[in-house]
Amino acid sequence: MDNRVTRRGVMKGGLALASGAAAASVFGPSTKAWAAGKLEIFSWWTSGGEAAALETLTSAYLKTFPGTELINATVAGGGGSNALPVLQARLSGGNPPDSWQTISGRALLDTYADPGFAEDITDLYESEGWIDKIPPAVLDLVRKNGRYYGVNTGAHRSNEVWFNKKLLAKNGIEIGDTLSFDQFFAAAEKLKTAGVNALAVGDNGIWANQRMFENTFNGVLGYDQTQKLWKGELAFNAPEMKEAMKIHLRMLEFQNPDHSALSWDQAVGKVINGTSAFNMMGDWAYGEFVKAGAKDGVDFGWVSHPGTDDIFIIVTDCFTVAKGAPNAVEARNWLRAIGSAEAQLAFSLKKGAVAPRLDIDKSKLPPYLQWSYHKFATNKFTGSSVNGEQVPASFVQASTDALTSFVVTKNVDRFADALKAAQDATKS
Amino acid sequence: MSIPESVGIPDHYKSFRFSARRSFFWDKLAPVLIISPVIVTTLTFVYVFIVLTVLISLSDWSAVNLAGRFSTPLLKNYSQLFANPRFQMDLRNTVIFTVMFLAGSVGLGLVLALLVDRQIRAKGLFRTIFLFPYAISFIVTGVAWRWIFNPETGINQLFNVLGINSVLVAAGLDPFKPGWLTDPTVWPPLNEALSNIFPAAARLQFDIGVPVALIAVAIAASWQLAGFAMATFLAGLATIPTHIREAAQIDNASGWTHFSKITWPMLAPFTLINLVILGHVSLKIFDLVYAMSGPGPGFATDVPGIFVFEITFRALKYGVGAAGSLVMLLMVAVVVVPYLIRNMREDA
Repeated sequence: MDNRVTRRGVMKGGLALASGAAAASVFGPSTKAWAAGKLEIFSWWTSGGEAAALETLTSAYLKTFPGTELINATVAGGGGSNALPVLQARLSGGNPPDSWQTISGRALLDTYADPGFAEDITDLYESEGWIDKIPPAVLDLVRKNGRYYGVNTGAHRSNEVWFNKKLLAKNGIEIGDTLSFDQFFAAAEKLKTAGVNALAVGDNGIWANQRMFENTFNGVLGYDQTQKLWKGELAFNAPEMKEAMKIHLRMLEFQNPDHSALSWDQAVGKVINGTSAFNMMGDWAYGEFVKAGAKDGVDFGWVSHPGTDDIFIIVTDCFTVAKGAPNAVEARNWLRAIGSAEAQLAFSLKKGAVAPRLDIDKSKLPPYLQWSYHKFATNKFTGSSVNGEQVPASFVQASTDALTSFVVTKNVDRFADALKAAQDATKS
Repeated sequence: MSIPESVGIPDHYKSFRFSARRSFFWDKLAPVLIISPVIVTTLTFVYVFIVLTVLISLSDWSAVNLAGRFSTPLLKNYSQLFANPRFQMDLRNTVIFTVMFLAGSVGLGLVLALLVDRQIRAKGLFRTIFLFPYAISFIVTGVAWRWIFNPETGINQLFNVLGINSVLVAAGLDPFKPGWLTDPTVWPPLNEALSNIFPAAARLQFDIGVPVALIAVAIAASWQLAGFAMATFLAGLATIPTHIREAAQIDNASGWTHFSKITWPMLAPFTLINLVILGHVSLKIFDLVYAMSGPGPGFATDVPGIFVFEITFRALKYGVGAAGSLVMLLMVAVVVVPYLIRNMREDA
């Protein structure tokens, strides 16, 4: 026969291919049948400090439940901006990871608990005895109608200001226990005349800028007014908010010129290596300082964001169990492991978050964490609106867009109106 | 019944009438069978999904409202979309980016094709070098050019090294240090001038003009796709008959006359192909812009693709996202469909 492609030849080839594929699929997975179990964790903790902190959780789990194949599915991007679309796609597609990280509060309850993506784990809370050991305000973030849906890993305080002590000392500036807006501006003016960059901002994705603005209006409004804001009793275009917006604009005058090209951890890096003096960021920045080997109180210092010394703007991450998770038993064990006092302490040391339990051995904590733990025990809690704890996702997007324009147009009235419109939209 | 001689059937078909009918049937059926998976897949995953997207864009489906009903009024998502100042800026950016990108890539592609088409040594090598950027993924290009355009550590260093800035500073001017992707300026500031002609323009919520940050994105995109334009033009240049070129040379046509009167008109169909294909790339562009600068300072580099992505997966408003996708589809259809119709008419 010549080399024509005949019908018979094609059928023979197709049959060979199909049977080969079938054989491979039969023999492939069976080589792994001896593994104890699998567990897939989904998170966005990929920066240096964050990854080290995640490792403390996974090693705590593997110590108590060895032999499990742990699949660490992470998606890089600050604040989970890239991870959330991936998670949404997987959940709607019916292929959930066993356990995923999410911000607590409305981000957990509205987006995952209500539609039925997250499993009810009230029985875990009761059997592990966590309910008495955690402040009620923190429990509220994972609780709806008395049922629990997530385990908090660390309570971050979003309203901190970090500074390079040596750089400030060189310019004759000293920061006390609290910082007011006037003190900050005086220091910033002094640094500006000395040619030093006063404020390091890394707002690629505008997220860091949003945090700064939220801290500022919390400081200007105070605790009671802020609660009215979230309840809808105070409008976003009230005179006090416009005052906060003007202060925010003034702060931005001192930021580094390449701010929109840097990520948040790169901006913290500028404070670590002495290029900039101040950085306003939540205490996940602490993990970056630790990783760089800087010493608490010697190389760097910290203070509450102006006006917020008695407020704990809480940002917690929690892990959930998926409803219909492929490895439900391993996922519940994972939550048991990460909810334990030892795991939470180890995690907080690396991440900079406060372990959200009241029975932690404080003597093991470095100076910064002792300070923030004291704040955890004494401050009033308020949720953050930047990651969707306090507000629905559509408001977060609308306020992000409004802030992106505001930073460029500097038009306070337009920004206030845009926020008011977004606030009204959430009521409908 | 015998087959008449006048019908031109090959000999080996005439021998056995039954097998002739069976082979004939198989010849007609086989192509349909082979194409049918592709047709079914395209019908489902493209056209059925387009219909579904239309339906979603008329509903208020969101991640927290999984039931989703038709929105009241029906076109609420579209009115929300077009009233959104960010989307208005996206449309402005799309128009400006398309113009800059087409000028850059097609222009550069033409220049490269003309250069490579000469009788030079290592013609194949140069062709490969110029075509190579097209093989890289958009994400890689985006990240690399983002580093290049970093105002502190990127190409601005080159201006210092070359001494341009010391000359400028010595002359009393500011050093040349553009902000590139971090620059939110929209130039020229046309809003005031326009509001003198049209009073309604004073109420516009965005600036009309060229966002300077888009220039950097257009440079990166043109660099990547100029090779593709060059390849098309090279094919076009090969179709210009040699006798016309020689005739022009005999008539002592200057270089410019040769180009404007012979080369450019004969390249017209290839220019059109480039404009249509690269045009629809620029209307849908997402990954390059997202990797380079995302929405950019003050939405200077925002494009509809990024807007739809964020509205759908962050704000979780699937209805508005679907409406945005359909607007993008219409924009591309306006470019591509007339071209396809024209081609089909030519073939018929």
